[in-house]
Amino acid sequence: MTLSNQHEPVARRLELADRLAQLVRMVEIRAVEARIQALFSEGHVRGSTHLANGQEAVAVGIAREIDPDDIVTCTYRGHGHALALGVTPLAVIGEIAGRVCGCAGGLGGSMHLVEPSVGLLPTFAIIGAGLPVACGAAMAAQARGNDRVAVAIFGDGSANIGAFHESLNFAAIRKLPVVFVCENNLYGEYTRINLTTPVTDIAVRAASYAMPGEIVDGQDVDAVGAAMAQAVARARAGEGPTLLEMKTYRYSGHSRSDPATYRLAGELDLWLQRDPIDLFAAQLVSEKVIDGDALPRIVAEQRDVVEAATQAALASPPPDLSEMLRHVSATQEGDSQRWNFWSK
Amino acid sequence: MAKIWIRQAVLRALDDAMTDDPSVIVMGEDIAAAGGPFKVTEGLLATHGPDRVIDTPISEMAFLGAGVGAAVCGMKPVVEMMFIEFIGVALDQLTTQAATMRYLSRGKLTVPLVVRASAGAGQGFGCQHSQMLDHWFRGTPGMKVVVTSNARTTYGLLRAAIDDPDPVVVLEPRILYSEREEYTFDRDYRIALGTAEIARPGSQATVVTCGAMVRVALKAAEQAACDLEVIDLLTLWPWDRKAVVESVARTGRLITLEEATEGAGWGATVVAAVHADLFGKLKAPPLRITLPDAPVPYAGGLEARYLPDPAYVAGQADELVQTGQTPAPWWRQAS
Repeated sequence: MTLSNQHEPVARRLELADRLAQLVRMVEIRAVEARIQALFSEGHVRGSTHLANGQEAVAVGIAREIDPDDIVTCTYRGHGHALALGVTPLAVIGEIAGRVCGCAGGLGGSMHLVEPSVGLLPTFAIIGAGLPVACGAAMAAQARGNDRVAVAIFGDGSANIGAFHESLNFAAIRKLPVVFVCENNLYGEYTRINLTTPVTDIAVRAASYAMPGEIVDGQDVDAVGAAMAQAVARARAGEGPTLLEMKTYRYSGHSRSDPATYRLAGELDLWLQRDPIDLFAAQLVSEKVIDGDALPRIVAEQRDVVEAATQAALASPPPDLSEMLRHVSATQEGDSQRWNFWSK
Repeated sequence: MAKIWIRQAVLRALDDAMTDDPSVIVMGEDIAAAGGPFKVTEGLLATHGPDRVIDTPISEMAFLGAGVGAAVCGMKPVVEMMFIEFIGVALDQLTTQAATMRYLSRGKLTVPLVVRASAGAGQGFGCQHSQMLDHWFRGTPGMKVVVTSNARTTYGLLRAAIDDPDPVVVLEPRILYSEREEYTFDRDYRIALGTAEIARPGSQATVVTCGAMVRVALKAAEQAACDLEVIDLLTLWPWDRKAVVESVARTGRLITLEEATEGAGWGATVVAAVHADLFGKLKAPPLRITLPDAPVPYAGGLEARYLPDPAYVAGQADELVQTGQTPAPWWRQAS
C-alpha cells in the first residue's frame, strides 16, 4: 500500500510570533459560531450543534503551540478548535450545512469536523472517546521514535467517564507524549459541575496518575499558550503526559435547543467581564501590536469574511448519493488517499 | 504433517505477521510477560520485544481506543480481549469510533485494527465468560467479523484480518484452543474475508454454521440418515450470500446451526436472504438450530444440553428432511 505524503504547508496555521493573527482567529471563531447559530434559524443546519463562544482563547492558545504533524482529538464542541488549527471557515460552515465543500464532504455534520493536514481526527461525538485514541496516536509517535505529540481536548463532563481515568493511567504508565486538555466550562451538557463532580478542580486528578496537573486561566490566550508550551515540551522530551485544566465558560447553552436557564444568576455576566477576545485585544494594545480602536474594525472584517464563506458554503451542492456508500470499507480503489502523519 | 494445538495457529499467525510487518503490534491483558492465559501469545515478548508486545492495564476502553489511534497513525495493532465479554466496557471505540473513521474522513483516515478474542461456551466458565456476542458487531458498517473453526482457518483468517485495511473482529472459539490437529503451516496462506467454504459436500440439506459448531455439524452429518452439506461461513459479516444460496439451491433445504441465542443469532439474516432468493424452490421451511434465549448455564449437564450436540443436530435434520416440517427446538418440545 502506498501512502500519500501530503505535507503541503498549511496556509492558515497560527504562528506563535504572529499575535495579531491569533486575535483575528479568535474573532473569526466567534463570528463563525454566531453565523452558525443564525444558520440554524434559517433552516440550513440539521440535527444539533454545540457552540463554544467564550472559549476562543483555549482553542487559539493550543493551536499556536503545536505543529500540523501533531495529532488532535477533540469533542463535538469543536468548531473553534478546527478553525484555530487551520480548517477554513468555508470547510467548517460547509460541513455544518451538509455541503460538499465541508471538511467531511457533508457526511459528518457539526459534531464531526476533520482535517488530517492539520492533525485533526474526526471530532468525537461520544464523551471521552477521543482520549484513548490520542493515547494510540502517541504510541505510534513513540514507536517511530519521533517527537510528535497527541493533544486530547475534552470537557469537564469527560472527567467523570471511565475513558478519562483509563487513558490518563495508560498514558502515564507508558510515558506517552500526550497533553490532556480539559476545557472546564462549568457545565457538563445541562448540569453544573458541582452537581456531578466532587472536586472543584479537575487538575487535581492528575495526582492519581503521577503526572503534572495544572490549572490554567482559559480566558487568557497567553496563559493557555504558556501551559501548552510546557506540556508539549515535556511530551516531546519523552517525559510523559500532562493534564491541563482550562478554566473557561461557554456563553451558549449545551446545544441549539438549550436556552441555559439553569445557569447561576449573574454567572454569565461575571464571565463576560473577562471575555477572552477583549482581554487579548487589550493586551495587544498595551504591546502596541494594534491601535486602541482596532478591535471593532477586526470584528467587522471577520464578520464580512465569515459572511462570504457562508454564502460560498450555501452555494456549494450537497454530496452526491454515491458518497453514502463509497467510504464505508476499503474498495478496489485501495487506500491511495490515506493520510500519512509521519512521513517526514 | 505435524500435529499441533489449535492455539499454536493463533501464536504462529501473530508471530509471522509481526516478523513480516514491523508495524504490527499486539497488546492486551497478560499477553506479554505471562504469555497469555490461554498461551496463544507465548514467546512473542522474547521474539519481538516489549515495544511491540504490550501488557496493558485492565482498561479495555484505553487499550482498545489506543489501538484505534495507533492504527489511524500507521500501525497495525492486534488487540486481544481475553474473553469477548470484556469488550462490553469498550464497545464505543470499536463500533462507534473505529468503524466510522474511514467514512468521516472519506478514506483519508483508516483503521487497520484487529480485535481478537476467545469466545464461546462449553468449558464451564459461566454466563459472563461463555458467549460469542457476534451480534454486537455483525451488521456494523465499516467493520468485519470472522470466526475460526480449526488450525487452518485460524491461521488463514487471522493473517487475512491483519492484512485487511479496516477493523476486523476475530472470534476464536476458546474450546478449540486445546484441540490437536494435523496441520502444516504455510506462511502465505490466507482466507479471503467474506468467503465461505463447503466443509462437507452433501445433497439433501445445507447446514450453514461457523466456529466450534462446524465440528458438531460434521459429526452430525456422519450420524444423520440424510445427506448433509456443511458450509463453514468463516466470515459472519459481510457473509457469503452467494455460496450459501448456491448450496441451498442444490440441496433444497437450509439449516442454520448457530452458537447464538435464538433472538440474536445470525441465522435469521441467512434465512431471510435464502428465502428471498429461493422462494418457491425450497423443499422444506428453513430450520434454525440455536441456543435457547437464556444465559449460558454453569452446571456441566445443563451446559451440555444448552449447546447443540451432534445427535441433536442429526435428529433435527432428519426430521426436517423426512417430514418437510421444522421440528421444534428441545425447549419447546412437550416433555
